[in-house]
Amino acid sequence: MAAESTVMARLTGPVSEAGRCLLFLLRMLSGIRPRAGQVLSVLQQTYLIGARSLVIIMICGFFVGMVLSLQAINALEQFGASDQVSLLVGKSLFRELGPVLTALLFAGRAGTSITAEIGLMKATNQLEAMELMAIDPVQRVALPRFLAGVISVPLLTAMFSALAILGSVVFAIGVMGLDAGIFWSKLQNGVYFQKDFVGGVWKSLVFGGIVSLVAVYFGYSAKPTGAGVGTATTNTVVLSSVLILVFDFIMTSFLF
Amino acid sequence: MNIGHASARSNGESIIRIRDLVFRRGRRTILDGINIDIHRGSIVAFMGPSGVGKTTILRLISGQLRPDSGTVEVNGHRVSAMSDRDLQRFRRNIGVLLQDGALFTDLTVFENIATPVREHTDLPEPLVRRLVMSKLAAVGLGGTEERMPHELSGGMARRVAFARAVVLDPDIMLYDEPMTGLDPIAVSTIRTLMRETNDTLGQTSIVVSHNVTQVRQFADYCYIIASARIAGEGPPETLAASSEPSVDQFMNGRVEGPIPFHYQPPGAPWGLLD
Repeated sequence: MAAESTVMARLTGPVSEAGRCLLFLLRMLSGIRPRAGQVLSVLQQTYLIGARSLVIIMICGFFVGMVLSLQAINALEQFGASDQVSLLVGKSLFRELGPVLTALLFAGRAGTSITAEIGLMKATNQLEAMELMAIDPVQRVALPRFLAGVISVPLLTAMFSALAILGSVVFAIGVMGLDAGIFWSKLQNGVYFQKDFVGGVWKSLVFGGIVSLVAVYFGYSAKPTGAGVGTATTNTVVLSSVLILVFDFIMTSFLF
Repeated sequence: MNIGHASARSNGESIIRIRDLVFRRGRRTILDGINIDIHRGSIVAFMGPSGVGKTTILRLISGQLRPDSGTVEVNGHRVSAMSDRDLQRFRRNIGVLLQDGALFTDLTVFENIATPVREHTDLPEPLVRRLVMSKLAAVGLGGTEERMPHELSGGMARRVAFARAVVLDPDIMLYDEPMTGLDPIAVSTIRTLMRETNDTLGQTSIVVSHNVTQVRQFADYCYIIASARIAGEGPPETLAASSEPSVDQFMNGRVEGPIPFHYQPPGAPWGLLD
């Protein structure tokens, strides 16, 4: 009987957690107001969690572009098709690698800091103090960080992809000596704005929403102790990474 | 237990009324049949051993917790029956000083104090600035407005938190262990601020503390909570001379007495051997 109830708890636990998370999202979204204070707060957070992730995203993007070109040229050379490298790099970047890798990096860089920050605010009674001042901490603390994440991830994805193309240019044209004209014309003709680029933007919007929601929710529901905040931070990275890959498959099935 | 009190400073009108309050956490009864009347203008202290439910009473008054039975009325309004929106409105008239101050660590001292003003009023920026600076000067911390909370000492942080709690001149102030961990000078400063603000603004203050000496210096009236009930009440001097066993044990810091040392009752299994 006890074993059955444990199994049931393990099955229903994640479902009820997902339900609470969804209610938390609705509670946040119900607080969106076109007020100057809120806009300013979102912009501040966009700077703190978005702009400050820029360097790591750009470095990673550059090297991903280089390694992608290296692998693509090695493989395509066997068929005498190494001039198709920009097509392969462009398609894989805009459709998959750009949104997915940016979101994974964002989860590690910004998602963890959001969870830890909100968790620590809870542990030091700052959220309770807000409630007692008749200020809703969900809308004051969680909402600006969530919206900033949704705004930041597509922009960071664009930077990631741009730097990856640059990395590809440096390696393919600069190191391997491919013709620049062919490189750019293949990229221009083979990568479609609507299908490849906009599809990737949709993905990055959804990934931004997933990472930010998971980060603020785990921070807000963390146990107010050092160990609790640590666990919540780990959970943010693990769950948002898994969800990014699951939703990537689902969205790819429908979009492309 | 339902004996009303009248201090020298209170005007006799009851602002907070608690009746037959029962509060449980799981199977453990934290508060059982509590009746309290707090008069307007007084400073009332809740004392008792750690973990006895003193802070729980503050949370029941502020509406953060709801009782399992009984009522909590503030200004004639039942807190336990308020909707979330009513509760928000109600809390605008309450100032709370939490144990560690709970300053917002990402905001400057100025922004910390300005937060409730910006949130609940439409005052123009110059007025917000004047209000915040006057409160900061009142707690003796003029010139610290651009500092971050981590640049303040414990006593200074508590004073900033005090300024933030009183910035909108609330009718009721709730203090949760306001002097814990402070040096004697900071304790005196906070005590003086509490008394002066209470009397100047005509506030009612409720203070949770377990420090008998300090409470005797500022409280008009005391409740001692032990074993989920009110073990004694009255002005601090009266309680100090009380012969009621729980009150006597607490006020004089005796190990032996009805307030148990062990969490579990004698004879309960140890857990290691059963």
